[in-house]
Amino acid sequence: MNIDKDLVAAMATPLVLAILMEGSSYGYAILKRVRELSSGELEWTDGMLYPLLHRLERQGYIHAEWGASPEGRRRRYYQITDAGRAQLAEQRRQWVTATRTLGGLWGFAIPATGV
Amino acid sequence: MSTLETRIDEWRAAVLRGRMIDEADAQELESHLRDHIADLGSAGLSDDEAFLIAVGRLGRIDQLSAEFAREHSDRLWKQLTVTREEGEARASVWGMLAFAALAAVLVHAARLFAEASDGFAFWFARDLSFFVLPVLAAYFAVVRRMPLRPTVTLGAVVALLAVAVNLFPFPVGSATDLLVALHLPVVLWFAVGVAYVGGEVTSHVRRMDFIRFTGEWVIYFALIALGGGVLLGLTAAVLTPIAPEAIDDVMLWVLPAGAAGAVVVAAWLVEAKKSVIENIAPVLTAIFTPLFALMLAVSAVGYAFAGLGREFDRDLLIVFDVLLLVVLGLVVYGISARGALRRPGLLDVLQLVAVISALVLDLLVLVSMLGRIGEFGFTPNRVAALGLNLLLLINLAVTAWHLGRMLAGRAPALRLERWQTGYLVAFAAWVLLVVLALPPVFDFA
Repeated sequence: MNIDKDLVAAMATPLVLAILMEGSSYGYAILKRVRELSSGELEWTDGMLYPLLHRLERQGYIHAEWGASPEGRRRRYYQITDAGRAQLAEQRRQWVTATRTLGGLWGFAIPATGV
Repeated sequence: MSTLETRIDEWRAAVLRGRMIDEADAQELESHLRDHIADLGSAGLSDDEAFLIAVGRLGRIDQLSAEFAREHSDRLWKQLTVTREEGEARASVWGMLAFAALAAVLVHAARLFAEASDGFAFWFARDLSFFVLPVLAAYFAVVRRMPLRPTVTLGAVVALLAVAVNLFPFPVGSATDLLVALHLPVVLWFAVGVAYVGGEVTSHVRRMDFIRFTGEWVIYFALIALGGGVLLGLTAAVLTPIAPEAIDDVMLWVLPAGAAGAVVVAAWLVEAKKSVIENIAPVLTAIFTPLFALMLAVSAVGYAFAGLGREFDRDLLIVFDVLLLVVLGLVVYGISARGALRRPGLLDVLQLVAVISALVLDLLVLVSMLGRIGEFGFTPNRVAALGLNLLLLINLAVTAWHLGRMLAGRAPALRLERWQTGYLVAFAAWVLLVVLALPPVFDFA
């Protein structure tokens, strides 16, 4: 399935922040996790993740640090900040509303609790 | 070197060539590429196949560059100025020289007119910036292809300003006249700013570009002035034995024309030779921030103990205001040059020291000034000085707060940038007020 570009762009920020909620990570691993979560249905050009990560860092939602991979290569690790958590909570509210609205029409129920 | 390493090297060179993706970003992308190749390799693919797939997944380099450019607009700007075609570059030089010549001609025409009417006239000194800075604004309006509506509005505002200031009935030696003369160049510099950002005055990014431009313009202008000083000094030395009477004439004609032209040339240089200054400016900031921090801290402590005293007169007040503006400039410049992603370091601590010392000094000045106003009442000079110092006090206090939060890792540098770009409006409004409202309020005294 091909997901519309605008929709992918809109999902990108909460998706990355939510993945970083699971713990600090780096670009390649974040993309692998996206692929895993969407069973390969959500695809974007790998390189485009990095400008997004830099924007989130500039906005203070995530924090980056150079570290080393197990093989000793330099690698940039990203970690979510308090501001990022707050931003994610806000985006989550919006997404729940959006999916619940559509779900009401299409007949699948989104639990209103647990948000 | 294996074929894979060679290919990765070639790929990295291609990524860096566009100048949109810097060394660190390229390293991050390369690390991604290697992870992916390793994964594909363990799935049984050959190096060649793995490389092709991984590079393909990463995206076409031009699209990748465009995406990076959108996030790092400061780099985009750099590229625009270097990848111009050669013919276009030559046209830009001629265009710039035409505007520089225009400024020089206007200054001389006004000087001759002033001399013909009544020898030295104060209006000439006061209006001097009107013959130079609007030319620079026009240059940017042309280069930036500023839309018609904002261009006309800007032109009308400058024209109105010129008419109003010259219709004010200032008596000879009027204090408000002098204040207008001091503030007018600043007002017109903001007009240049509007043209510089191509009318996009609400954009914080463009405003930050303008702040950066201002700092770099000052550096270039100072360099040209130095060179010009050496040239004129040597000219005078060479002429002395043969034609000493010609020296004054040469100075009279060359100096104003050179200074007016240099305003435009410096602006063009900032744009055209951006990467040169980009290398100098952070070094200058790094050298002078600690020195100014030390100097300010010592004088803040000194004045706090000794008090400002009676001798605190207007000249010293101007010195203090210039000092505070320089500190603010260093901080803003330091922030803009540091790159949004660098971690806070020693330089930021020193900036905080400088800002807090400046804040103490400003408070002392304000207290002394309020004392004088309480004793002798308001004069135009005191109002102008009080307003500027209050403006600076607020800016410095909030700047200190932002710097502190940034150092504590609680807020990104972006906040401080936003605060400064937003504050430009307050500065612009204040200088405009001094030029247009203060003289009538004080009856042109």
